[in-house]
Amino acid sequence: MTGARRRVLAAMSGGVDSAVAAARAVDAGWDVTGVHLALSRQPATLRAGARGCCTIEDANDARRAADVLGIPFYVWDFSERFASDVIEDFVAEYQAGHTPNPCLRCNEKIKFSALLDRALALDFDAVVTGHHARLAGGVLTRSVDAAKDQSYVLAVLTPQQLAHAEFPLGDSTKDEVRAEAAARGLAVADKPDSHDICFIADGDTRGFLSRRLGQQPGEIVDQDGTVLGEHDGAFGFTVGQRRGLNLTRPSASGQPRYVLAIQPKTNTVVVGGRDELAVDRIHTAEPVWLGEVPTRRLDCLVQVRAHGEPVPATVVVIDGGLQVDVARPQHGIAPGQALVMYAGDRVLGSATIGSAARVPAVTP
Amino acid sequence: MAYLDHAATAPVLPEVVSAMAETMSRVGNASSLHSSGRQARRLVEESREQVATVLGARPSEVIFTSGGTEADNLAIKGLYLSRRDGDPGRRRLLVSAVEHHAVLDSTDWLAAHEQAEVVLLPVDQLGRVDPAAVRAAVADDPASVALISVMWANNEVGTVQPVAEVAGIAAEFGIPFHTDAVQAVGSLPVSFQASGAAALTVSAHKLGGPAGIGALLLGRGVSCVPSLHGGGQERDVRSGTLNVAGAVGMALALELAEARRPELAVELVRLRQDLIEGIFERVDGAVLNGDPVDRLPGNVHLSFPGCEGDSLLMLLDARGIECSTGSACSAGLAQPSHVLLAMGADERRARSSLRLSLGHTSTDADVQGVLDAIAPAVDRARRAGAA
Repeated sequence: MTGARRRVLAAMSGGVDSAVAAARAVDAGWDVTGVHLALSRQPATLRAGARGCCTIEDANDARRAADVLGIPFYVWDFSERFASDVIEDFVAEYQAGHTPNPCLRCNEKIKFSALLDRALALDFDAVVTGHHARLAGGVLTRSVDAAKDQSYVLAVLTPQQLAHAEFPLGDSTKDEVRAEAAARGLAVADKPDSHDICFIADGDTRGFLSRRLGQQPGEIVDQDGTVLGEHDGAFGFTVGQRRGLNLTRPSASGQPRYVLAIQPKTNTVVVGGRDELAVDRIHTAEPVWLGEVPTRRLDCLVQVRAHGEPVPATVVVIDGGLQVDVARPQHGIAPGQALVMYAGDRVLGSATIGSAARVPAVTP
Repeated sequence: MAYLDHAATAPVLPEVVSAMAETMSRVGNASSLHSSGRQARRLVEESREQVATVLGARPSEVIFTSGGTEADNLAIKGLYLSRRDGDPGRRRLLVSAVEHHAVLDSTDWLAAHEQAEVVLLPVDQLGRVDPAAVRAAVADDPASVALISVMWANNEVGTVQPVAEVAGIAAEFGIPFHTDAVQAVGSLPVSFQASGAAALTVSAHKLGGPAGIGALLLGRGVSCVPSLHGGGQERDVRSGTLNVAGAVGMALALELAEARRPELAVELVRLRQDLIEGIFERVDGAVLNGDPVDRLPGNVHLSFPGCEGDSLLMLLDARGIECSTGSACSAGLAQPSHVLLAMGADERRARSSLRLSLGHTSTDADVQGVLDAIAPAVDRARRAGAA
């Protein structure tokens, strides 16, 4: 036993990224143990396409990779925590008219909370994952592969959580990761990327929600309150959504209409033209800062969805939350989404969006 | 390194390795008529006779299978179908709640596809089937019972079942009785003839033989619907080219295990008690699962309240101690043990358990290795459990 050797727990999903991340942790000379998180209570035997995860096949793929790397491997059951902290949260957020990001919640509550706590208690120093992001000295930065960057879904982590995280893939592109997996003889080298929400295997979020929440018929109205149609549950809609409204009356202008707001108390969906979606002032809940807490207004970039474009913004702290004025109007910003602040590629912090509005133009 | 997972699989005896290597270098197909075939057949039949002798059966009662799981499947499905076909009213399957999944999942399959009605026989908190409960379940409607199956000894908690009494009840009502003796053979005296069972499952790799071969001992007068169809081998009950080297290895392992059993059992009980008592001295709150006396000589099964068995397993593995949280079949994806749940344990206790199984390679040093590692491992796992 070399007492000083860094002991890390590699979270291995069965995909190529986490397998290569674990391999690099081994190369770094760390004492690596692989763990697959069983998140589904009733895992399917085989994967079906790119959707879903946590099948027995995924667990076996992860085990196979661990065997090739020569590291111990275990499957840990986190299905209860996942059900309560991610799936229930997801359903409750939609019911409240919000648009949650379950991957972000899984990082926050499962991988870097439930799993990390257990790892630390078992005398590990850190959790290693295959996320595409760079982390050095507590500074979280976008991956060099902009298309695969996952800093957005990690920005919710606190400095304390990040202090025990390792993301060995941040300096590599996905293509490089796949090539490395092949060179290392890892069978997952050409396994398809997973997409969408892992616990909704068929990709039908609205169907999933209505199975959980039942039918809740309500009205679709315009901004004047005129009833334009009906729906089976306001929870099935997201701000900015255009498809699936099934409106019976065409708009006066003939232009398509979008969901502008969801009013959970009255179970009403408000729709309007695309211009009505534009907002330039966002209010958030209490932020998480990765570095120093700014004492005055902060000019930075903000990103409001997982693969969204960063836009310049001015941020001030008001009543513990943030008021964010974006330089260009944004469309389809929904409460519940995360707002992540960047300086260039560096993550400054994040906060959950509470509301967004159009600030009337002020003549100078 | 301490290997304490003999109940999952035992190290193959060196004599068995040699005999199998020798056999594999020269066998033919035991169903062929030429000289190589005759030689192969002779080896198979000698092996069958050896197995029969060791287990108190007649050679014609030994049906070689690919292992314990297949033998259990064959017995449960084959006897059920035969009985039901003989009388459509006989659909009830009486099985203990602590059977191996090879039995339980077979009965579930019959319920799903062949209109079987599964009656789970309850166990007490030591994991023991109450013969009175068996009698009561039968007496409900004796004519509707297709089969009774109760294992000889439990693979997880080691409790030895009252198979003689259950077999007696079955005989009284003229119902065939099957027993899964995979864990018992090599550890306890097992005689097919004396047991009163119509069918008995045995596996080679739990006692120093190779994986991939086992047998169903099937009484000569017992009718069993085959599940593998083909060349008609094994009394036409189990078709398939015979695994000659496997049969040789199994027969030799059984013979050696039986010859060494009386002495080994005494030694294993001593090691087992040292292990149990040593753990009790070192760990507060440890609970022994299963019958403290009437248990397999090499079985130690404990719950460590406040721990996740998974955490404990990992910590011990890191110290070179190899054991398991349950049966190896469910290892991998953690499910609380159906055996412990049937014994009345709650899910938390079920998940906090560890099985350490001793066998023919076990030593005092293995026991000491566990005793040196267990207290700090439990402490740490308890902290992780609280995390």
